[in-house]
Amino acid sequence: MSTGGSPPTDPEAVVVGCSAGGLNAMKVILAQLPAGFPGAVIVTFHIAPGRSHMRDLLAAQCRLPVLDAEDKLPVQGGRVYLSCPDYHLLVEDDRTLSLSIDEKVCNVRPSIDLLFESAAVAYRRRLVGLILTGANQDGARGLQRVRAEGGWGVVQDPADAEVATMPRAAIELAGADEVLPLAQIAGRLAELFGCRETGA
Amino acid sequence: MDDIELKNIETEVFLDAVKRRFGYDFSGYARASIRRRVDALRLARGCERVAELIPWVLQEEKALDIVLSSLSVPVTEMFRDPEVFAYLRTEVIPKIASQPRIRIWQAGSATGEEAYSLSILMLEAGLHERTQIYATDINDRALARARDAIYPLDRMRLYAENYRRAGGTASFADYYTARYGGGMLRQDVRENVYFSHHNLVSDGSFNEFQLIICRNVLIYLDTTFQDRVLQLIRNSLTEGGFLCLGTKESMRISKHNSAFQAVHLPSRIYQYRPRLAGAVS
Repeated sequence: MSTGGSPPTDPEAVVVGCSAGGLNAMKVILAQLPAGFPGAVIVTFHIAPGRSHMRDLLAAQCRLPVLDAEDKLPVQGGRVYLSCPDYHLLVEDDRTLSLSIDEKVCNVRPSIDLLFESAAVAYRRRLVGLILTGANQDGARGLQRVRAEGGWGVVQDPADAEVATMPRAAIELAGADEVLPLAQIAGRLAELFGCRETGA
Repeated sequence: MDDIELKNIETEVFLDAVKRRFGYDFSGYARASIRRRVDALRLARGCERVAELIPWVLQEEKALDIVLSSLSVPVTEMFRDPEVFAYLRTEVIPKIASQPRIRIWQAGSATGEEAYSLSILMLEAGLHERTQIYATDINDRALARARDAIYPLDRMRLYAENYRRAGGTASFADYYTARYGGGMLRQDVRENVYFSHHNLVSDGSFNEFQLIICRNVLIYLDTTFQDRVLQLIRNSLTEGGFLCLGTKESMRISKHNSAFQAVHLPSRIYQYRPRLAGAVS
């Protein structure tokens, strides 16, 4: 599935999209990310409005600070930002976060596509896009855009995903530079971002 | 120069054309979102490039209406964030109830759902006779739909649920009748709600209000434009008047922050206290 490109030399951020099964998948990845991980991790989750305790669940096992995304918040490396229910999350060119209540995209808000598309424009080739488990097609177009702008596309192996639809749709539309089982994703991210230590 | 940079330039030149041709300034709108909306307009006009929209904007008088409805965000629902409306109902409205004339401004009304939600709250508080609700937007198409007060029946189930969660105890279905293929709000709900065209980033204050509701407008603006809107809000609030922002919005980084006191942060409800703060305006 690789297009033969080479990984980004100095990536700044990784954008992550996940839906059904995403909480468990994110727990595994965040628990394995090393404390010195230098990149910003920006995550769009599909979650019903009203449920916003995700941060506590994920922060408990993560060595990096885990924050709820806020409008105008400057994106910093070594931090994890989580989308909030019912708002799209976008990245601006000046590396601040934006929230919006624009129309749903593919029937969802937050939209993974919107995060990925805005981040692709902001970071270009200094970006890693990561699509995890999920039961819809959101994120496929976004990953396509990330790769079109020179970013690196990683997709969870559909055979390994709790729900295969989303990673499969991403691979079909966008292709992927790497397809990995969940257990290997954090380690690979650490490598891509030049981290020697691992957190596992 | 790559294509992203070229596209960004085209969008900026287009928005500059809109500003110079029609006087509507989108320069302080958050970029990621406004670029998407301009691009959606490009697609809707069947254009290859955003640059092709520029002669159209310059030469067609009727372009303004289309541009404004394309670049503003008409996404809303009745009693959206029910806990906010519950707080308005139980804590804020009783505090402004003693006024002989109650004036409320709902800024950025889109298609009117929030303005009518407020109207229902005032009806149920027995204050409707004394209340005027002004609802404003730059999107004339949305304002026309707001005045019609007809909403899709398939949305009414959600609105009824929101209403109940906002502390409503009446039967929500009594507030509308099925007409014209939708649910038309009852006459008394529509009374005392006045919709008009007003641009928050350039127009001035037009009255003094005890309560201003301006939700999910600031997230679309950069800090300069946010400050402009907050200044206008200050100019339009009575001392001790209430301001309600969107639940993900904040005044924290604004210079106007010190003139407001947070009354209920989860609902983003603030009280205007200019003297208490000794703030510069």
